[in-house]
Amino acid sequence: MAVQGTYLGMPLDVNDLDVENLAYFKHCAQHDFHLQKCSACGLLRYPPTTACPWCASPESAWTKVEGKGAVHSYTEVHHAIQPAFKAHSPYLILLVDLDTQKGKPSEHEALRVVGNLVTQDGTLAPAEMVRRVGIGTRVRMVFADVSPSLAIPHWTIDEGAEQPAKPWRYPQE
Amino acid sequence: MGYAMTMPAETDTSSPKYLRDKYAIVGVGETEYMRGSGVTTRALGTKAVRNAIEDAGLKPSDVDGMLSYQSGDSTFSTFIAGDLGIRPNFYMDVFGGGSSTEALVGMAMGLMEAGMCKAVVIFRAMNGFSQVRIGGTGARAVAPVSGDMLHARAYGWQSAGQMFAPSFMRHMYDYGTRPEQVAAVKAIHSEHASNNPKAFYKERVSVDDVLKSRIICKPLHLLDCCVETDNGTALVVTSAERARDCRHPRTMIRGVVGRCNKPRTDMHYQHGPISTVAGKYAREILWRNSGVGPEDIDVTGSYDAFTFTTMLQLEDYGFCKKGEGGNYVSDGTIRLGGRRPNNTSGGHLCEGYTHGLNMVIENVRQLRHDADDSCPVGPDGKRQHTYDYREGGCRQAKKCELTTNMGWANPGTGSAMVMRNE
Repeated sequence: MAVQGTYLGMPLDVNDLDVENLAYFKHCAQHDFHLQKCSACGLLRYPPTTACPWCASPESAWTKVEGKGAVHSYTEVHHAIQPAFKAHSPYLILLVDLDTQKGKPSEHEALRVVGNLVTQDGTLAPAEMVRRVGIGTRVRMVFADVSPSLAIPHWTIDEGAEQPAKPWRYPQE
Repeated sequence: MGYAMTMPAETDTSSPKYLRDKYAIVGVGETEYMRGSGVTTRALGTKAVRNAIEDAGLKPSDVDGMLSYQSGDSTFSTFIAGDLGIRPNFYMDVFGGGSSTEALVGMAMGLMEAGMCKAVVIFRAMNGFSQVRIGGTGARAVAPVSGDMLHARAYGWQSAGQMFAPSFMRHMYDYGTRPEQVAAVKAIHSEHASNNPKAFYKERVSVDDVLKSRIICKPLHLLDCCVETDNGTALVVTSAERARDCRHPRTMIRGVVGRCNKPRTDMHYQHGPISTVAGKYAREILWRNSGVGPEDIDVTGSYDAFTFTTMLQLEDYGFCKKGEGGNYVSDGTIRLGGRRPNNTSGGHLCEGYTHGLNMVIENVRQLRHDADDSCPVGPDGKRQHTYDYREGGCRQAKKCELTTNMGWANPGTGSAMVMRNE
């Protein structure tokens, strides 16, 4: 069944034909990150797709995946486009390499999962936290709840992990 | 024009499938580049198409094919055909922005090769400032977020700059590329634009001006981003044989690659290195089909939606070694008077934003040796170029026999074309 909700004032919806995204966000709503695992070749994929990008098999099973990884790249947005984000600028958009399946099936591939930098309770990070994060920062997944069937996965600094001495940041602060 | 690239064993470049020099661009046309056109995209497109047909020395009834590109923000070929009295034997309006220009030139060649029509006009008309804002502000920023878009727009990851920025940042991380190197693209294009009476921004800016302009989203400052404008632009393509009867010397199409992709296409960032762009794949088709290589090229038109897009493409098409793009765009090579000037009109950063078509127009004019700068026009109707590139002066490259255009849709998708004069 279709899901709808409002997040930071933005209307979000997934229609009832979009079974892949419905399943993805339903797991997120349970704060339980799942990805499709190909039934033929066994590779996980992100974001949801209708077949396997590596072997074209249409069969897959939703599989629990650990939400831990390191920042592969990012941008720090100072001039927000969407009204929802103007009050939260600067905000970080992170591309995170999951530890799971990193470097597979080829050297430079990874499950690169998008998210904002947020606090542990899922709200967009304040400026002082934004300044601590760069390429290499270890992060863990947290969720921002939208509705009973919809939550948005995000990233927060993994305080329990060993962090790089100095994550790479754009030279101009 | 020898190029030492190794061909696959089964490649026979004398085969008729290589349409090298069989088709030509015979007409180019445009409106002004402006903010607040005060007219519809239909009116902009009509004016540009009319100007291109006139430039070719043809009549609307000589054109029987039409192609355009847009993203729900423009008029359709049929309206312009009707307005100008063109009776198309073929038309198609495709969805898309950057990278469409070169791709459609390739399609025009295929259409004529298939005998479906004999002269094709390609246009792009947009009110990119006064209607559908190319930077993504206005109505586009408040549209509901549905389905697959939740994986991007729900994160405030929407505008072109926001979407491409992780690729740009990773290039800095992977190769040590510095902000001031990339800012040189804007400074140099602004020098070119200062010699282009049509350019929307004619003022010269320095590298320091770029670095001191406010951050939009790292690593992009305001002046790393192109200028939103309203404009119509058009080209006429026909066979090399028919081109002999047209007004100007022929601009021959050597080879095209259209909308070539990295693995995972729109999810290109899943397949690294994310600091590598589609040009890495497109170059294998471009140089082989063209029978030349980057070292043979005199002038480039590397899409400058952002300073970084110019650099990444020049690198991945092989104009310099991978990772040395920062050096290449800042050492004087891409400046008028340098070894291989880029975007001599000022491009998207300064002349105006067209999703790529104005950069092809500029290279056609360069190949005709007829850049429309402020140099005086002689008794033969041709400009008397001075090659004095100081502000307000000449913008014609002294030697221009071969050009390359490199169109950009996103890091994962690009198109390119090599043209020559005769």
